[in-house]
Amino acid sequence: MSQMTLLWVFIGAGLATFLIRLSFIAVEGRVRLPAWFRTALQFVPAAMLSALIAPDLLMRDGALYLSPYNARLLAGLVAIVIAARTRSVGWTIAGGMAALIALETLI
Amino acid sequence: MTVPSDTPETITRSGEWWAGARALAPMLLGVMPFGLIYGVLAVNAGMPAWLACAMSAIVFGGASQMILTQLWAAGTPALVVAFTVAMVNLRHALYSATIAASMAPLPRRWKALIAYLLTDEAFAAMTRRLGDSGPRARYRHWFYFGAGFSLWASWQVSTLAGVLVGAQVPHDWPLDFFLPLTFIGIIVPNLKHRSQIAAALVATALAVVCFAMPHKLGIMVAALGGIAAGMLLRGRDRDGTGRSAVGPSRQSDGKEHAA
Repeated sequence: MSQMTLLWVFIGAGLATFLIRLSFIAVEGRVRLPAWFRTALQFVPAAMLSALIAPDLLMRDGALYLSPYNARLLAGLVAIVIAARTRSVGWTIAGGMAALIALETLI
Repeated sequence: MTVPSDTPETITRSGEWWAGARALAPMLLGVMPFGLIYGVLAVNAGMPAWLACAMSAIVFGGASQMILTQLWAAGTPALVVAFTVAMVNLRHALYSATIAASMAPLPRRWKALIAYLLTDEAFAAMTRRLGDSGPRARYRHWFYFGAGFSLWASWQVSTLAGVLVGAQVPHDWPLDFFLPLTFIGIIVPNLKHRSQIAAALVATALAVVCFAMPHKLGIMVAALGGIAAGMLLRGRDRDGTGRSAVGPSRQSDGKEHAA
């Protein structure tokens, strides 16, 4: 895609992001959003972010790659444990990266 | 009856602005390296430096900017990229819903300004003033502004720094692994209910199964499937815990989230 197209993608994505952030602030007191919609919203982060990273950890060359030699999967599992224990993005990144580098050296 | 430091006279616009900036400051430890990594990633993916910086100003959302870079580098169609980025940022609607009532009396330009600045970290800082109904509530929007602006400025500066160092970072470093790690750091601490774990697991499984779908549409199918799974399960164990999962769960306590 050309640089101009990419800039338009930024503008489209940026405008959508802005409108999402403005949404409830703008309509407060005027519109009542359906309860199911508010319920659905709270599952968006977990579902969306999981869907985005699953192939990075579980697949290689377009095929499922469940193996003790899959360093990214193992390092990802280490990161999940660290994230659950420390609740810190910083420690999760540091620990997961250290695990990946160590595993890639070992395997 | 009133605490001396809280009398209306001692609460000023600039005082509240700085209080907001101070509330945000500890989170910069997580944000600045993240911005740096984004800048390095973008340049290494072949994006021109000015576009990498423009993205930080226009989109202004760390995780979504990384995804945008990754999809763009993979040659994904423009519309799919923009739509995926919007989906990644859809969680911000929750923050919008949370602060909406406190913003209701403000003029439109204030609503627009705060909405533009409403990121994970800024929201976490804003929640400090959310329940305030005393004299401080009067200049609460200045607190929001101070928190949002200091994050915005730090994000632009760290992006620029990343773009400048980017070219020097060897290409064989596993930089792309920062993205899954960041997302794990955001998702895992918030998986508190069975329904949320189900949403994450179903989305993961569907993302692998639907991987071969054209235009990366499998991501959408997986996300929607995960949301559906979460809603189904939540409907089941709602009795007695009806309000347990409503509202922005734990996003509010100053954890390091992605911008």
